[in-house]
Amino acid sequence: MGSLAAHRLATAVFVLLGVSSITFFLLHLVPGDPIEVMLGESASVADRAALRTDLGLDAPIAEQWLDFHRNLLTFDLGTSLYSKKPIADVLAERIPWTMMLAGASLIVALLIALPLGIAAALRPDTAVDWGAATISLLGVSVPNFLLGPLLIIVFSIGLGWFPVSGTDAPTSIVLPALTLGASLAAILSRMIRASLLEVLSEEYIVSARARGLSPATIIARHALPNAALPVLTIIGLQLGALLGGAVITELIFAWPGIGQLTIEAIQRRDYPLVQACVLVISFAYVVVNTLTDILYASVDPRIGFD
Amino acid sequence: MTGTAKFSAAVVIAWIVIALTSPFVVEGANQIVLEQTFAGPSAAAPFGKDDLGRDIGKRVLLGASISCTVAFAVVAVSVVIGTAFGIAIAWVGGIVDLIGARIMDVFLAFPGILLAIALAAVLGPGIENVLMALSIVSWVGFARLARAQTLSVKQRDHVLVARALGTPVIRICARHILPLILAPLIVEATFAIAAVIIAEAGLSFLGLGVQPPTPSWGSMIKDGTRYLLIAPHMALGPGLALFSIVIAINTLGDRLRDALQIKRAAFQN
Repeated sequence: MGSLAAHRLATAVFVLLGVSSITFFLLHLVPGDPIEVMLGESASVADRAALRTDLGLDAPIAEQWLDFHRNLLTFDLGTSLYSKKPIADVLAERIPWTMMLAGASLIVALLIALPLGIAAALRPDTAVDWGAATISLLGVSVPNFLLGPLLIIVFSIGLGWFPVSGTDAPTSIVLPALTLGASLAAILSRMIRASLLEVLSEEYIVSARARGLSPATIIARHALPNAALPVLTIIGLQLGALLGGAVITELIFAWPGIGQLTIEAIQRRDYPLVQACVLVISFAYVVVNTLTDILYASVDPRIGFD
Repeated sequence: MTGTAKFSAAVVIAWIVIALTSPFVVEGANQIVLEQTFAGPSAAAPFGKDDLGRDIGKRVLLGASISCTVAFAVVAVSVVIGTAFGIAIAWVGGIVDLIGARIMDVFLAFPGILLAIALAAVLGPGIENVLMALSIVSWVGFARLARAQTLSVKQRDHVLVARALGTPVIRICARHILPLILAPLIVEATFAIAAVIIAEAGLSFLGLGVQPPTPSWGSMIKDGTRYLLIAPHMALGPGLALFSIVIAINTLGDRLRDALQIKRAAFQN
């Protein structure tokens, strides 16, 4: 177990280094002179020179790369070009909002996926199963930038149940969470169905039935816990889609998280901030996946690493 | 083929025909008629007019051409590069495979279309940059699949025989490995087309795709969300178009996977 975790952690460090390197090179992909693009043509020569020195763009590229990573280790992400505030502070304001939205989306996804998946697994190849399959096909096929406005039209403008956007009311989170969680719910419900079907044919389920336990007890106490592990892995992997989707969802609902910050930074050509946003979102994804893998291996002794 | 599959195939073929012909057939899609700003659906314009009085239906037909061009180009590039990369590192094995696999891990570590968003943002708007950004994100799915399949196929007897007979490596990969791993790659490509159509629309939605006045479904939906209160019909046309082609392709992909009897395991690694 110890060596497995060590192996997984070493891989994670390598991947993080790769992610930060690609993010570092993003600034160098800007066509022409990034300083000119960021400051505009009317900027004074002195301002340009100052920013160039500030970002270290006048140093050799290897040195820039080293500096970038040295600063990263001390959580020094530089200064936002637009707000002139330290990027670490700007991120600290926004991260809790995205975590809240991601958490709410996960809860919404489970609330939809569990009943759908269980119902489909209990009645495979019936109308119930096909209905669940159709709902999940709809869920993966509707992109969030379509579902979001649709939910706003129906539930905010039409029925007036939830606010259109913003964070003023406690119910403000419902529609963004539903928008972001829909495709996860679709994928999870199929996974829960498949995983449950596999478990339901096991001998301990048959014996539980023979002992006269109620179907509800069998599902809740015997089947679901054993079907949970593969579902947990999918949640870990799908967290990436959730974080990536947060960019568009937060924009639609004016949710003040890191996704909306990314788009604001792009529109203001605040490239250091764009880099920081991409880095934070990707790092969160890698860390969660690494933890899921290690947790998975420690919970289930049958799991090994290839 | 079942009824659903036939219907889905018909929808996809219809959109492909529209994508191929609309740039030559549809006229006046960018014609601005300010007197008809926000006009609702009518006999002349079944999907209504937008904020500049342009015909939304015509713009949706033209938008199909952007969507399909980007989707097929990105998937074609990704399949070729990803498959070649995956087969190559799995065939060579050892340290090359190890490094190759870690490189794939790095690209997979950027969640969703985040890397494409960042790339499109720094490269600047335009269809070439959209193609580049989406290809850089998409190839790795095929590479992962091709590598996993090649690792198992290269152990088989017929490959060993081919090597013993001195068959050139390129020929072994092309004639003895590729045909055996093609089925899951085709299924993956089908789903990838739907994913790229959504991703392109997503980039356009964020203003990072093709630039106005060229119509793209994503930017039309974005315009629609801006006027949801006064003209909810604006997002309807492009939304339905996007939804119909994506759900049709995903349905076909599902059926194809069942027909080719590919185990789910092929997609998990």
